[in-house]
Amino acid sequence: MLGKTAGGMFWMLRYMERSENTARMIDAGMRMSLTRSSAAESEWTSILTALGLLAEYQQRYDGVDSARVVNFLLRDKSNPGSVMSSVESARTNARMVRTALTREVWEAVNECWMDLKELLARQVGQQDLPDILQIVRQRSAYVRGALAGTMVRNDIYNFARLGTFFERADNTARVLDVKYYILLPSVMHVGSATDNVQWETILRSTSATRAYQTLHENEYNPRDIARFLILDHRLPRSLAFCYRKISDNLDYLARDYGERMPCHQKVGEICARFENTTIDEIFDGGLHEFIMEFLSDSHMLGKQIETDYRFIE
Amino acid sequence: MTKPRPIFDEMTGFSGQPRKPYEKYSEWFSKEEVAHLRRKSARAESLFRLTGITFNVYGVEEATERLIPFDLVPRIITAREWQTLSRGIEQRVRAINAFLHDIYHRQEIIRAGRVPVEMIANNDAFLPEMIGVSPPGNIYTHIVGTDLVRTGENEFYVLEDNARTPSGVSYMLENRETMLHMFPELFSQNRVRGVSHYPRALRRSLSACRPDMTQGHTVVAVLTPGIHNSAYYEHAFLADQMGAELVEGHDLRVVDGRVAMRTTQGYQPIDVIYRRVDDEYLDPLTFNPDSMLGVPGIMDVYRAGGITIANAPGTGIADDKAIYSYMPEIVEFYTGERPILNNVPTWRCSDPEALSYVLDHLDELVVKEVHGSGGYGMLVGPAASKKELSEFRAKLEAKPSNYIAQPTLSLSTVPILASKGLSPRHVDLRPFALASPNGVEIIPGGLTRVALKKGSLVVNSSQGGGTKDTWVLEDE
Amino acid sequence: MRLKISHTTSYHYDTPVPYALQQLRLRPKSRANQVVENWDITIEGGRKQLTFEDEHSNTVDLISFDPGASEITVHCQGEVDVTDTHGIVGRQTGFVPLWLYQRSTSLTRPGTQVRVMAAALEQTGNALNDLHRLSSDILEKVPYSTDQADPELSAEQVLTEGHGVCQDHAHVFIAVARHLGYPARYVSGYLSMDGQIDQNASHAWAEAHLPDLGWVGFDVSNGISPDDRYVRVATGLDYSGAAPVSGLRLGSAGEKLHVKLQVEQQ
Repeated sequence: MLGKTAGGMFWMLRYMERSENTARMIDAGMRMSLTRSSAAESEWTSILTALGLLAEYQQRYDGVDSARVVNFLLRDKSNPGSVMSSVESARTNARMVRTALTREVWEAVNECWMDLKELLARQVGQQDLPDILQIVRQRSAYVRGALAGTMVRNDIYNFARLGTFFERADNTARVLDVKYYILLPSVMHVGSATDNVQWETILRSTSATRAYQTLHENEYNPRDIARFLILDHRLPRSLAFCYRKISDNLDYLARDYGERMPCHQKVGEICARFENTTIDEIFDGGLHEFIMEFLSDSHMLGKQIETDYRFIE
Repeated sequence: MTKPRPIFDEMTGFSGQPRKPYEKYSEWFSKEEVAHLRRKSARAESLFRLTGITFNVYGVEEATERLIPFDLVPRIITAREWQTLSRGIEQRVRAINAFLHDIYHRQEIIRAGRVPVEMIANNDAFLPEMIGVSPPGNIYTHIVGTDLVRTGENEFYVLEDNARTPSGVSYMLENRETMLHMFPELFSQNRVRGVSHYPRALRRSLSACRPDMTQGHTVVAVLTPGIHNSAYYEHAFLADQMGAELVEGHDLRVVDGRVAMRTTQGYQPIDVIYRRVDDEYLDPLTFNPDSMLGVPGIMDVYRAGGITIANAPGTGIADDKAIYSYMPEIVEFYTGERPILNNVPTWRCSDPEALSYVLDHLDELVVKEVHGSGGYGMLVGPAASKKELSEFRAKLEAKPSNYIAQPTLSLSTVPILASKGLSPRHVDLRPFALASPNGVEIIPGGLTRVALKKGSLVVNSSQGGGTKDTWVLEDE
Repeated sequence: MRLKISHTTSYHYDTPVPYALQQLRLRPKSRANQVVENWDITIEGGRKQLTFEDEHSNTVDLISFDPGASEITVHCQGEVDVTDTHGIVGRQTGFVPLWLYQRSTSLTRPGTQVRVMAAALEQTGNALNDLHRLSSDILEKVPYSTDQADPELSAEQVLTEGHGVCQDHAHVFIAVARHLGYPARYVSGYLSMDGQIDQNASHAWAEAHLPDLGWVGFDVSNGISPDDRYVRVATGLDYSGAAPVSGLRLGSAGEKLHVKLQVEQQ
C-alpha cells in the first residue's frame, strides 16, 4: 500500500476519534456548568487546555462562557479542533484513501459529515445540544463498526486501528494532565462534594463513569481513578489498553511485512512502563511528570511510525 | 429569421408515436405515476450524494461539491444503430492512433499534402518532446471519448474526438447501477447490453500496453491531480474498480530508472500510468517547471521505455478542433476507407474566406475555441443576445485562427422526467473506446449528456447539463 | 585532429539537498565530421538513473542526487577525432521537421532590435555569405565580454546589453536567422583554443540550415565556422534545449558551480 494511504487511514481514524472525544468533553463541561455554575469558567478553561485549544480560543474571544466555548468547540470551522473541522478532516482523508475503503466505511464517514454539516449549519441551542453530542458519538461509532464489519484484516486495517488508539490514548492523557492536581493526595478532601463532581468530570470526559462504578465498590477515590485510567486493561480508554492495541497492530505489520522497524522498539518501551509499574510508584515519581513523559514519548512514537512506514517523504 | 428545422425526438421520432426501441419503455411509463417516479428520482440523488459522486465547480468561491443531475428516463439505441456507430468509432480510433504515430515520426500525411503543415507547426498541442517516441504497441491514445450527436433517424455526426483525457465514464457506470437498483423490471422487459465490464476492460487494455521491461504482474496506477480536482471522484472510482493504486505526483519518484511509488515498504516501480493530469503539468523537468502536480523525470523514463503513459503526451494534436475538420482526410489516409461517421461541416476561421462567411452568419452558427473544452468560450449564435454577438465578433476578428464555426445542428431530443411528466431535451452521446495492440473495444452505450434547460443545446455538466443511462439493445 | 577532453562540473550546496534530478547532455556522438574514440561519464554524489535520446537525437543521461547530498560532481573524459568540414554538418537527419527550427522560443523571440538587424542585412542571394556577414555584424554590435554571463538573457535582451558571451551570440544569430526564414539551432560543445589546454568554459555556437548545404555552423564569438578544433555535443532550439546540465531540485539550498575543463590537441 502507498505510504500516503497508510497516513490517510491513520489520520482519518484519528480525526473521527477526536470528534468523538471533543463531543465527550463538551458534554462533561456542559454538565459541570449546569450543576456548578461558579466553577463553569475554570472548567471550560481546563477543557480548552486539555484539547490544546486555549490559545486559539483566546485569540478570538475575551472571557470564557459556556455558549461561546460550545460554539467554538462544536462548529467553528476556523477552529481546526472543532467537532465540525475534525469530521471535515476525517472526510478529506477518507476521500484521499477512498480506494482503500469499503463502500460501507466511506459511506459511514460521508454520512457523518453530511449529517453534521446540516445539524451544525446554525448555532446550536442548549436544548438541542445533548442530542447533537449523542449523534456525534454515534456517527463515530458507526465508522468504527463499518470498519470492523467490512474491512479485510490487513495493513490498511492496522493503520486505521493505530490512528484510533493513538488519538484515544492522547486524549485520556491530556484529560489526566489537566486534572492531575485534583487527584493528588495533598489537595484531597475526602468526600467533599466539590471533589466528587471534579472526579466525576474526569470519568465523564473519558466515558468511564459506569465502568468505574461497576468495577469499584467504594466511593470515588482519586488513586483508583488514576489507576483505572492509566493501568487498567479492561477499560478501552485507558493508556495501557490503548497501548496494548497499538503494540498489537504494529506487531501485525511487522509480521505482514517481515520486518521490525525502530517504532517496534519504541512501542515496547512505552508498554513496559504500564506493565511493570503500580499506581503508587507513579504517584511517588509524580503523576504530572509521568504523563508529560508519556505524551512526549507518544509524540515521538507517532513520528517514528510516520517515518518507518513512509507516510510522507 | 431562418425557419426552424424539425427536431428529431428519439422516443417519438417526427411522428409523435413511440419509435420501436422505446415501445416497451413507453408502455411501462404509461403505467407509472409521475409523482412516484419523482420520489425515486430524489432517492437516486441522495444515493449519489452518499456515494460521493460529486464534482467540484471551478471558479466557485466556496469549494462546493455538486451533483451532476441524473435523469431516470433512459436513452435507447438499437442494435443496428450501435453497429454502425461502433464500427465508425473504431475506424476513427485506429486512424487517430496512426495519425499520431505519423505526426511524431515522418509526417507522411503532411508530405502527401493532405493536412497543411501550419496545422501542426503553429499548434501548441504538438509536443516536440514526443518526436520519435514510439510507445508500446504504437498506441498513443488508449482511451477515447467520441462525442456524437444525432439529427435524424439515420443521421449521426461526430462533434469531437476526445483523445487526451476524456472523462465521464464513471457516470456511465453509476447511472446503470442506479437504474438497475431502482427499476430492475425494466431490465427484464428490455434486453440491454451490459457496461459494468468497463473497468476490467480498461485494466486489460492498459496492461496490454505495458513496457517491454515489465516483469511479472503489471503494476497499473492512476495519477490524479488530487482531491480538489473536479473529476477526483472518477479517478478514485476507476482506480478502485481496476484494483490499481491512486497516486499523486508527490507519491512518485524516479528510482532505478523507473517511476516508482512510495509504499509503506519502500519504492515500487509502476509499469502503466493512467494519468488524469494534463500534459503541461505532467513533468516539471520537461514541461511547466512550476507544476506541483507532476512527476519530475517521468518523460525521461517514458522516453527510455520504462513506463507507459496513457494517454500518451501530445495526443492533443489529434483532438484539436482545427485538426477535427481534417478528420475525413485523416481517416481515409490511414485506413484507406471512407469514413463511416460524418463530421460536422466546419469553417476554419484561419481561412479568410471562411472567416468572412462566419462573420456574416454569426447568428446562425456555433463558434468554438480551437483549444477550448467544457463548453467554455463558445458562442451559440441563435441563442446569443446582440451584445454577446458583437462581443464575440470582436474576439473573432482579433484572433481568427483561434476559432472554428459549425452550423447549428438541430440536435435530437430525448424526454426527461420534468415536474409534469415527460418533456424533450437535447442530448449528445459520448461512447468510450479502449485501444490496445489487441484491437479497439467499445463499451456499448456511453454517457448521454442532456441539456436540462428547455431548448438549450449546451449539455456540459459544468454548465447545467445532466446525464442519462444509455441503453444499447441486444436486438431490434 | 584528435582532441582529448576532460570536463568536470561540480555543484556545492550550503545545505543538504533532499531530492534532485539533472539531465545531462554531455555525450558527443560520432557523425560525418567527428568520431568519438572513447567517452566516459562518472558521477560522485549521485547516480545515473537512465539514458535516452531526446527529439534532437542528443543522448541524455538522467541522474539523481544521493539523498542528502551537498556536493555532486560530474566528470566527463574522452577522445574525439575531428575533421575540418568548414562548418558543414550536413543534411537534417532524424524525425524533427525543419519547420521546428523556425519556431521562436522565449530565448530567441524576435523583438524590435532583432527585426531591425534582420532588415539591415543585405540579402545577396548567396545565403552562406549573407549569414557570415550576419555573424560579423553581431560580433560588432555585441562584442565578446564575460562581464555578465546569464544564460537566461534573450536575444533581444543581449542586443540591449550590447555585449555577451558565446551563448548570447548564438541566441542573437538564431533569432535573426529564423526571422529571415532559415531554420536555425543552438549547439553546445567544446573548443580547443590554440596554445592553451585549460579552457574557461564549454563553448556554444549556432547552426543554420541552408537549402543546398544542409546544416552549417557559425561561431559568432570567434568569427568563423567550426573547424577541427570543435566538438559538437548537443543541439537544441536554444540554450535550454541543449544545456549541458539542466535540473530540478527540492529545497532551497544555495548553489555554487565550479567547472574545470581541459581540451588538449594531440
